Amino acid sequence: MGVIKKIQYNCRHATYLIEKRQHTALTLKERLHLVIHLSGCSVCRLFQRQSRMINRLVRGLFHPANSERRKLDDKSKREMQERINERLTK
Amino acid sequence: MAKTSVSDPQQWVSLYADYLYSYAFVRLDNEEQARDLVQETFLAALEKIDQFKGNSSERTWLTAILKYKVIDVYRKKNSGLQAESAEREPELEFFESDNGHWKEAYSPQILGVENSDPLVNKELRSILQKCLQKLPSLWFSVFTMKHMDELATEMICKELKVTPSNFWVIIHRAKLNLRACIQKAWL
Repeated sequence: MGVIKKIQYNCRHATYLIEKRQHTALTLKERLHLVIHLSGCSVCRLFQRQSRMINRLVRGLFHPANSERRKLDDKSKREMQERINERLTK
Repeated sequence: MAKTSVSDPQQWVSLYADYLYSYAFVRLDNEEQARDLVQETFLAALEKIDQFKGNSSERTWLTAILKYKVIDVYRKKNSGLQAESAEREPELEFFESDNGHWKEAYSPQILGVENSDPLVNKELRSILQKCLQKLPSLWFSVFTMKHMDELATEMICKELKVTPSNFWVIIHRAKLNLRACIQKAWL
């Protein structure tokens, strides 16, 4: 199998590069590999879109606009307040 | 938001307890642990209240203290797990071993939510939370430190004692698993 064919088949490495590229600069060789691969692989292009969607989703998990924010129970809050007051009056 | 430069610890619980608790819970998935860390955060903040400069908001300052407490939990949980996780090759679940091509059964399929607003899509978010919980502990720690907290790679490697090359392998594996888990639950 020729070099180009190998790159075209290697979705494992391409998805690795897709992840790496979202956080850091790739080397020239890596960039070339990815361009060649993605130009012919619609499945990995889809993976890339979904990967970015997941990243946005993860960042949104903890967001001020998130309506499913958790509430700490009142008992724990009272205990915390007491311990803070204890320290303050020491 | 009003900027308060003078810190009043009496108000901390009513102002920030829910926020800090949510922050810790989404990163630990453990109510008791999250609650304990919030308590510890308040007490630690009291100890060093003279270091609070008022150039960040009080909430940001408290969150920064809590963040390091979460990292500490990750570190303790993951010490000694390194060798094992580096040796297996879970990618082979998804890709052919000879040429690296997607295995038919694991190949990404269109979900129809690729461009959706993650803040709006509740169902997707709850699936993601369940899938995150299934990740091995080290992957989860690396993934959340990078994606939720956007910490520097060098720092994550240092705190969790992961080599830089293993770091990218873990980031890759975590995403492959998460994506596959979401697809399975969604379709």
